Formats: sequence, structure tokens, C-alpha cells
Amino acid sequence: MPTLQDFQTERATWCPGCGDFGVLNAMQKAVINLGIEPDDIVVVSGIGCSGKMAQHFGAYGLHSLHGRSLPTAQAVKLANRKLTVFAAGGDGDGFGIGMGHFIHAIRRNIDITYIVMDNHIYGLTTGQASPTSDEGAKTKTSPYGTVEAPIAPLQLALAQNCGFVAQGFSGNIKQLTTLIEKAVLHKGFSFVNVFSPCVTFNKVNTYEFYKSHLVNLDEDPSYDPHDRVQALRRVAEAGNVVVGLIYEDPHRQSFEESLHGYPETPMVHNDLSLGEADYETILASFR
Amino acid sequence: MVREFGWKVGGKQGEGIDSTGEIYAIALHRMGYYVFSYRHFMSLIKGGHTNYKIRVADRLIRHHGDDVHVLIAFDQTTIDYNWNDMVDGGVVIFDASAFTATKPSERNVHLFGVPLTDIAKEAGGPIMKNMVAIGVTAAINQFSPDDFIPVVRDKFGRKGQAVVDSNMEALRRGYAYFLEHYNVFFPAPAKPTAPAPDHLYISGNQAVAFGALAGGCRLLAAYPITPATEIMYWVLQYFPKYGGVVIQAEDEIAAVNMAIGANYAGVRAMTSTSGPGFSLMMEALGLAGMSETPLVIVDVQRSGPSTGLPTKTEQSDLNEAVFGTHGEIPRIVLTPRTVEECFLYTAEAFNLAERYQCPVIVLSDLFMGMSFHSVDQLPVSNVSIDRGKLISDEDLARLGRWEYQRYDHTVPDGISPRALPGQRNGRHVALGNEHNGVGIEVEDLETRVNQMAKRARKLLHFNHWSGVTVDGPDRASLALIGFGSTWGVLEEAREVLANEGIEVKHIHFSRVLPFPAEAFRAAMDGVEKGLVVELNSTGQLRHLIQQFAGYHERMDSCLKFNGDPISLREILTRAREVFPTGVLN
Ligand SMILES: Cc1ncc(C[n+]2csc(CCOP(=O)(O)OP(=O)(O)O)c2C)c(N)n1
Ligand code: SF4
Repeated sequence: MPTLQDFQTERATWCPGCGDFGVLNAMQKAVINLGIEPDDIVVVSGIGCSGKMAQHFGAYGLHSLHGRSLPTAQAVKLANRKLTVFAAGGDGDGFGIGMGHFIHAIRRNIDITYIVMDNHIYGLTTGQASPTSDEGAKTKTSPYGTVEAPIAPLQLALAQNCGFVAQGFSGNIKQLTTLIEKAVLHKGFSFVNVFSPCVTFNKVNTYEFYKSHLVNLDEDPSYDPHDRVQALRRVAEAGNVVVGLIYEDPHRQSFEESLHGYPETPMVHNDLSLGEADYETILASFR
Repeated sequence: MVREFGWKVGGKQGEGIDSTGEIYAIALHRMGYYVFSYRHFMSLIKGGHTNYKIRVADRLIRHHGDDVHVLIAFDQTTIDYNWNDMVDGGVVIFDASAFTATKPSERNVHLFGVPLTDIAKEAGGPIMKNMVAIGVTAAINQFSPDDFIPVVRDKFGRKGQAVVDSNMEALRRGYAYFLEHYNVFFPAPAKPTAPAPDHLYISGNQAVAFGALAGGCRLLAAYPITPATEIMYWVLQYFPKYGGVVIQAEDEIAAVNMAIGANYAGVRAMTSTSGPGFSLMMEALGLAGMSETPLVIVDVQRSGPSTGLPTKTEQSDLNEAVFGTHGEIPRIVLTPRTVEECFLYTAEAFNLAERYQCPVIVLSDLFMGMSFHSVDQLPVSNVSIDRGKLISDEDLARLGRWEYQRYDHTVPDGISPRALPGQRNGRHVALGNEHNGVGIEVEDLETRVNQMAKRARKLLHFNHWSGVTVDGPDRASLALIGFGSTWGVLEEAREVLANEGIEVKHIHFSRVLPFPAEAFRAAMDGVEKGLVVELNSTGQLRHLIQQFAGYHERMDSCLKFNGDPISLREILTRAREVFPTGVLN
């Protein structure tokens, strides 16, 4: 069984107190609890402070381009279906420059887990407004407060009928670990949005803010995470400031299960050579 | 002796022009002729002018030819548009049920009205006017209607024998009508004496797609775009049979990043696109270069810039293929000259991408990709699979944790072995940031320089094939120079000039990166004037030659960028201007 030791890399370069440490911790604990070897995991990240996840996680990593972790991660998974594949990045990465890929990854439903470290700010580029910045948030690029409405990631995912939607908080690693474990076990695309405070550039959406405002749906016995319409309503009512397993549809077929001809064995083990008979058949089609 | 003829059918888009051309072309190909078909079409679905040109010959041809002997016109626009390409004494068959044709100018070209639509109605339905037209030209070319039975059966057999019969009936009626009313003929050339009975009729796009399959590609991620979409169609038919996957990505950025992801995980993958999509891939091209991830991109060029002329040809992405993306990366750019090379180079691109762990760009174009060519054979036996340097499980087992250096900059040839996810002890991060040996981003000055040098070193000793072909006499003071799809028409130009007593060689690039400077210089030995023929407005190849090989004062340009493929006549006209023939003769 793998232990935390097996994942140890150099000390992460995030600011002390950065929420991303908590996400890293929870991701590592989740795969350890599930008994997945680090050599069988690929973390594909975008660009941003959060994008460093590929380097800090300690598995195979692909630190891709700003906004492009999702297409890259989906193909890694298709190439080798035995791997556990994470896509990870920030809110700017995923809901700004990479937004298109998010919706399409949900539609495609390839069996990967997408973790967004949502700090409502552009961290790595030192504090500009992000697509999830609260309306009115004062940042370097919105000195009088943002006038654009924030993205509602959970509602978007729910509207697109994402098979697994959860939201966690870096300040509650125990719950986040459980959510990530469930996300990894889910067959198909799973989405975990994490409130991961940027202690350096966001003085509003802080640990304290979340601790005093978050509604924990996991602790609400009346909440049914299989009811998508209820999920949409509860998230909207709480102004998105909720955590827990928001929605899961355990029955949706993944891309891999539905695609005509997609092999059972990992594609990476395919025999690549064509035989004489193959060539003959194909050449005959051109005669 | 007639050795070839040109045939064209034209009308409004959506009238079945393509299938008319296709049936005629395949029928003649199967009779043993060599056929080259070029499709002229517009970026709309209904209306507009479209035509399908077929050149038929008793020998292998590489170009659709300048001349039209027989033109089938479904509207007056077709006559106006193609009038100047008609040979003296040529025949225009027009649909007399639809319009009364007029000659755009007084010329010795016959206009014959045949009530194509009315005859089709009698045979069973107006949509068969195309089959009537085929029957008419079968009569003009003095074929037998029976020669067309196999193709008609192939084309319509799925719809049942009744449909086959009525289409053949339409064809026979057109045939009979012409014999009854007219007696101008263009007998087809004698069939090739030694026809390859198994010769192939294949487009550049199909050859690229087949090459990809043969080369071990098992994942294509692409976004639809003319003229590259046909690659997707072909691959969709075959990949699933070989455990492969085709993904219609949400855009070209996703497509290229998917290809990178799959390659990283060990599956040969590519993306196919055209100019606008290729532009969207520039950032990812750099990621592949920096992270040393194999990647194959096929760019079937069309007229740019921007959306440009979406259904017209050009060779204007050369600069982008060679220089595109910010920063500096090693890359390979292949420019296949023929469909055979489209097949072989695409297959080989996957070997090169894995051997050198860098992007390989295959530059085709609309003319190459969408034209259908009769060729004797594809070089299937030349295909081999070489996965390049992959570290073995045993070697990894010998290393301690985190000791495997994915980006070891000390390897002499710069190519450090890859480990694939899932391998024990092979963990590393592939990344677009500058990095150290295990793939952790670092910014120290020495590492940066070492890693830049490592990547640049990989292609220094590239010597798989020369990348330059030379046709014609060894020693000649004049040279026609081109790259990619213009090889065929340039060869014809060289032959014509040679027959006129002009000593000229033909130097052609089948690869532009790594630039084959040495081979080019050897080819240029003794050449006093080189005419660089290319389909763009700024002379991109000429500038590339000058940058990499010199010869500034000895180069002249023949440029074309109106969207049509270059004709033999245009090359000859320019060559006669540029080459000092008077002095030589
Ligand atoms: C194409 C491109 N545009 C811009 C950038 C600059 N850039 C790097 S990270 C980033 C935003 C980071 O914000 P976010 O994704 O929220 O991640 P965080 O740093 O907050 O974790 C930007 C704009 C880039 N790397 N690439
Ligand atoms: S700037 Fe913000 S997001 Fe980036 S490491 Fe520091 S705290 Fe974390």
C-alpha cells in the first residue's frame, strides 16, 4: 500500500497558508486511502499557482498550458484507461481561458477527476480579477470593483448534467478527502470545486469568511445528492457558498463505456503493426 | 496520337456535380487509365459555381492539366467560367432542358444542347441528369455504356437493383441521344499498354489518413475544417477496427492538446487541420517542443489569411510551420510531393516524432489533399515502426526513487529516454516551463542554457533522407524550385522546357525542416538562375532558401495566390520570362 512517503517531493512553493496546500494534502490522502500507486496516477495541471499541483503531487505529471489541462487529461486517460487521471487548476485557468473545455469535458464524460482550486483571484499573476471574483471585488484590474457577474461553476456543471459535482474547502481536509475519493471512484467525469483561499491577494474570501458562511450539505440529512433540480436550487439559494457532495448520477455511461470500438485493454498496449491482410483490404478499397 | 484528354463537369453547388465527376473518374480509372481529378468548389452549400476536372492519360500524371476537351455545363456560368480553358475544337454539352447556351466569345468550340433533364425524367427522375451527361460523354469518348456498369453498381447498389437499373437506363439514353444527333468525337487515348491492373485511385487526404494508421497512430483529435475533414472521415472508418479512437474536439486548441496528452501517455496521436486551426495550435506546438512530447500535426493548407478562401488552395502556411510559436523549439516539417509521400511521410512522422521527441508537421494543401490521383502503388513495405528511446522497466528498477532523469541534459545526442505513465519508478513531470532533469521548474541560468542546448542538439544529426529531390540533367544552369504539392506540375514544366531545348533541372523540397541546406547546395551546383515556384504572395520558400542556404542574387519567384492551383502554362510563361533562353539557344 502506498504511503504519504511515496509521494514526497520537494517542498511546495506556495505562500505559507495558501489553500492549495490543503488541496494537495486531500488529493494525496484520497489516493492513499484508495490504495492507488503513485506510478499509476497522472496529474495534469494548467498554469497558475494551482498549476504547480502537477509538480508537487508526486505522481506522473503533465504541467500543460494555461486553461488546457482538461483536453490534455482526457486524452491521457483514453490512452491508458488503467491510470487514475486528475486535471487540476485555478478558477482563471478553468473558468476563464479554459471555460470551453469544461463544458465539453462534462459532455464527453471521460473518467477523470477535475479539481479546481477556486480562490476568486488570479494568484500567479499577482492579484487580478478572476471569473469567480465576487461582483464588486476590488482587485488590481478592478480598482472600482468588478462589474461582471461571477461564474457559477456548480450550477453550470449541474445544468450540463455533470455526473459528479462536489464542492470542498481547503480548511476542511477531512471532508475534502472524502469528496475526492468519491470523485475518483465515480465512473465518468467528476468535478470538485474547492474554495482554496489565496492568503496573499484575496483578503475577502478568506478561511474565516468560509468558516462562518459555508453551508455543509453533507451534514443535512434532508439533502438528496441524487436530485439534480433540488441541487440546483440549494446551490442557488446559498449563493454557491456550500460544500459537500452536491450531485451524483452513478448510472451515467462514461465515454469509454459508450464509444464504439474503444478497447478494454489500455490503448497504450495496442499492437501497432498492420498485417499483410490488413494492407490488402485497405488497398482494395482504393481500386 | 492522343495521349490524354481533359473532361470537366460544372454547375451549381448541390446539383450532384461531385458525384458525376466521381463516377466518370472511377470508371475510367478502372478501365485502366491514369486519372487526376481536381474539385473546384465554394464555401457554401447551395448555388455558386462548382466544377470537377478530370484529366485522363495513358501514363501516370501528377496534375489535372490546363486543357478541357469536353465540358458538361448545367448552367451558363459554367461555360463562361471555363471558356478559356477549352481547347480548339472542344465540345461543350449543355443541358438544353434548362437554358440556351451562348458563346462568351467567338471560338472554334462546339456547343451541343442535350435535354439532359428531360431525358432523365423519361428514364425515371430529373436527378439522374448527371447519368445522362455521363452517357453523352461516354459516346463522345467512344466508350461503351457497359464500361460503366461496375461503378454504377458500386455507387447505387446499396439502394437496390432498381436504382442501379434506372441510372444505367439514364446513361444509355444519353449515349443514344448523342449518337443520334451529333457526330463530333473525342476518342479516348489508347489504354496504357502496361496498366497496373491494381493501380489505386486515392486522394492526398486519404493517403495521409492511411499513412497515419500504418504508422501506428491510434488517436486522432480534430475539429472539422475544409480541406482537412476528410482525414477524419477516413480514420473514423478504420481506427475502431484497430483499437483506435477519433475525437471531435471542441476546438483546435483542445485537439492539439489531446494529441499531446495521448502521446505523453504512450499512444501515437495526431491532429489534422487547416490554416485557421493551425494558428490556434501555436501555443501547444511550443508545449510539445518544450516538454519533448512527440506530436504530429497535419496542416492541409488553404488560402489565408484568416478565413481567407476556405475552399481554395495555397502554400502560405510555410512560415508558420517553420517559425510559428513563441520561443524556439526543435521541430520537423515535411512537405510531401505526391500522394505516395503523403502516405509514407505521415507514417514516418510518428517515428520521427518519437525518435526526436518533438513536433512533426506534415504540410499538405487543398490541391494535394482533395485531388484524387491514380497511382501504381503505395510504398506500404517501406513503413516501419520505431518507438525511439523508451526507458525499460528493468532500467527503471535499477534506479532509486526520483533518480530517473526524464530531461537529462548530459546525453550526447540530446535525446533522453522517455518513461510512460504506469511504469514503476519513472515518475516525472512533463512541462512547458523551463525545468531540470526530473521536470521541476527551475529558473537558474545554467539549467536554462543546458536545457535549451539539449533540445536544439536533438536535430543536429538528422539524416534520414536528403529532403531534396533533383530531376532532369545533373548539370544545368537553370532550375525550377518548389516544395510539396507542386512537384507534379513542375516536372511537366521541366519536360516541356527540356523538349524546347532548354537545359533545366527541377529541385524540389520534400522536407523544409531540418532544412536540407547541404543537399540543396549540391543540387544548385552550376545553377545560375533558380525560379522558385510557390503558391503564396511573398515568396516564403525563396526567403527560407536565402536564409538557410544563400543564393540571393540567383533566385527569382513565380508566385500565385488567387486560390487556384498553378497551371503548367503559368509556370512556362514565367520561366520563359525569367530564364535567359535566347542566350542559351
Ligand atoms: C495564454 C496565457 N495567458 C496568460 C498567462 C498568464 N497567466 C498565468 S497564470 C494566470 C492566471 C492564474 O489564475 P488562476 O488560474 O485563477 O490560478 P491561481 O494562480 O490563482 O492558482 C495567468 C493569466 C499564461 N500563462 N498563458
Ligand atoms: S499567491 Fe495566493 S494562490 Fe498563489 S501561492 Fe500565494 S496564496 Fe497561494
